[in-house]
Amino acid sequence: MSDNPQNKVKIEARDVQVFYGEAQALHGIDLDLNANEVTALIGPSGCGKSTFLRCINRMNDVIDGCRVAGTITIDGQDVYSPEIDVVELRARVGMVFQKPNPFPKSIYDNVAYGPRIHGLAQSREQLDHIVESSLKRAGLWAEVRDRLSASGTSLSGGQQQRLCIARAIAVSPDVVLMDEPCSALDPIATAVIEELMEELRKDYTIVIVTHSMQQAARISQRTAYFHLGNVVEHGATQQIFTNPKNQQTEAYISGKIG
Amino acid sequence: MTEPSNPSARKAQLAKRYRAERRFRAYGIAAISTAGLILFFLMGSILLSSLPAFTQHYVTLDIDITERHVDTQDLANSDWRALARNALRAQFPEVSGRKEKRALGKLLSIGSSDDVRDYVTANPSSLGTSIRLPLTLSDDIDLLLKGVIDRDLPENERVVSNQDLAWLDRLLDEDRISRQFATRIFTNGDSREPELAGLRGALVGSLWTLLVTLLASFPLGVMAAIYLEEIAPKNRLTQIIEVNINNLAAVPSIVFGLLGLAVFINFFGMPRSAPLVGGLVLALMTLPRIIIPTRAAFAAIPPSIREAAMGVGASRLQVIMHHVLPLAMPGILTGTIIGLAQAAGETAPLLMIGMMAFIVDLPTDVTAKATVLPAQIYMWANNPERAFMARTSAGIVVLLSLLLMVNATAIYFRKRFEKRW
Repeated sequence: MSDNPQNKVKIEARDVQVFYGEAQALHGIDLDLNANEVTALIGPSGCGKSTFLRCINRMNDVIDGCRVAGTITIDGQDVYSPEIDVVELRARVGMVFQKPNPFPKSIYDNVAYGPRIHGLAQSREQLDHIVESSLKRAGLWAEVRDRLSASGTSLSGGQQQRLCIARAIAVSPDVVLMDEPCSALDPIATAVIEELMEELRKDYTIVIVTHSMQQAARISQRTAYFHLGNVVEHGATQQIFTNPKNQQTEAYISGKIG
Repeated sequence: MTEPSNPSARKAQLAKRYRAERRFRAYGIAAISTAGLILFFLMGSILLSSLPAFTQHYVTLDIDITERHVDTQDLANSDWRALARNALRAQFPEVSGRKEKRALGKLLSIGSSDDVRDYVTANPSSLGTSIRLPLTLSDDIDLLLKGVIDRDLPENERVVSNQDLAWLDRLLDEDRISRQFATRIFTNGDSREPELAGLRGALVGSLWTLLVTLLASFPLGVMAAIYLEEIAPKNRLTQIIEVNINNLAAVPSIVFGLLGLAVFINFFGMPRSAPLVGGLVLALMTLPRIIIPTRAAFAAIPPSIREAAMGVGASRLQVIMHHVLPLAMPGILTGTIIGLAQAAGETAPLLMIGMMAFIVDLPTDVTAKATVLPAQIYMWANNPERAFMARTSAGIVVLLSLLLMVNATAIYFRKRFEKRW
């Protein structure tokens, strides 16, 4: 299962370079991310893995002085080409952030917000259906079905993060980007979300940035090791963790550096 | 290293630290109580000296509404004053000389004729009959009755003559003098007679002026703040604009008045003494006071909310309108209301555009001649009549209560719309 050859390439990054003003954060990343797989991006802090993640849905656009060179294509379409509408792109590429960040609105409105602004539901019933199915897929429905009008911020940290996942998948994206989604959660909530990712993999391409080696090993099919703005090694997770080809990678995953 | 190993030395050091902390607390308490005490005395003295202005003495007289003095076709121009004066003279038939009659008539305020007129206008059936009506006494007699003017002073040192006193005592003996709430202070416009002068004109003028200020400064200020904080790139130009907005908040308000005089009145030819110009001048002054807190309110919204909205594909406008603006609203409203409260208390800029003026009529729109509350207070303070002293304090009390109410509204809005996340 780990290196399934029939999984086709979903996202292709070629020579991606990112500059924050004068400083260069990424030095030419080449990476292929497969559909229906979880790809884990690992590496020490400041190595550029979050920066790369944010390039995929152009979240770096809003940072002043940030410049991106090279190409990233999703299904062969260049993300940075002028024909691409960034709002549509972000609807196709959902994102879950490090800190759970539900809107200070009701649970229902949190999930319904995306479908509403994109006009995905023609009627109230359809919207209800989207909210329900999104919350079910995020494994939160059973816990919140009786209090959909309660504030999203009244939930526990783990529930909030699952709400954010429900919000992201409510607009039916192809790709879900996760930036250390479990770093603010306890092990139980983390386990719930990891199970969820395994489930979501069937329909989405998932890219996750994580600092936990165990998490990367547990949930991902492929792993890319970043170091100082470069991809040092990229391959099947099993191979990276059991038989890394690069010395740096081995040192990092065995806890010698990083 | 810093901890002495010797137990007694350690104890001494600990005691010293506790003492220092206690001292620091004491300084704080002393500072706050001093400030509180000063405020208490200030408010107390203003309140105390304003009290006489809220009551007025009346003399109850029997008035013959004879047709000789009343023109039924033109009630407003009838000789009500003669009716009131004759009623008083009827109480003192022994007064005969022309000079004495005049002196007796001066016990009554000019406003006593309004008392008669208003009664007859409201009760036309009283024409030709005799009515019993409380009539307003003049300001000096009123002050004497309130004890503000000391009756034991030698005659040449007090404004009320011995003869006036004798008449007054007779009226008191006959139980004709009464004290009532002075409604005129809220229902009348300005007047040269202190007992007739009211704040209504200034209140209405302030209202019109602030309405113009709000309509001009709120949309401009909020849009400018949204643009600067959310849309504009952070570069040299926006930095210069930002510094200058902050500087604008520190510009002396009289400068805005000069600007208003030069631009709005001399260049655009807008009317002098009008709430329109006053409001625009105050709007210029209020703009930075709205922009700065609005920007602060925007900056205080955690970026995670913006990222969350952008992450599900909200456009820049949607991020602002659906998420940032609603969350920033309490801060924006608070800033705006406090900015308006400051504008409401401003006098200097209005000086330059002629709103410091004796205006009796109530302003009916934004181009009518008007004055504002603080200007009214200042003008009353300059009047020589003693009764204006209490009127001045009363004006201050009214202005302060208004500002307190406005600030309470600001707090209410903040609590009502504040959301936690």
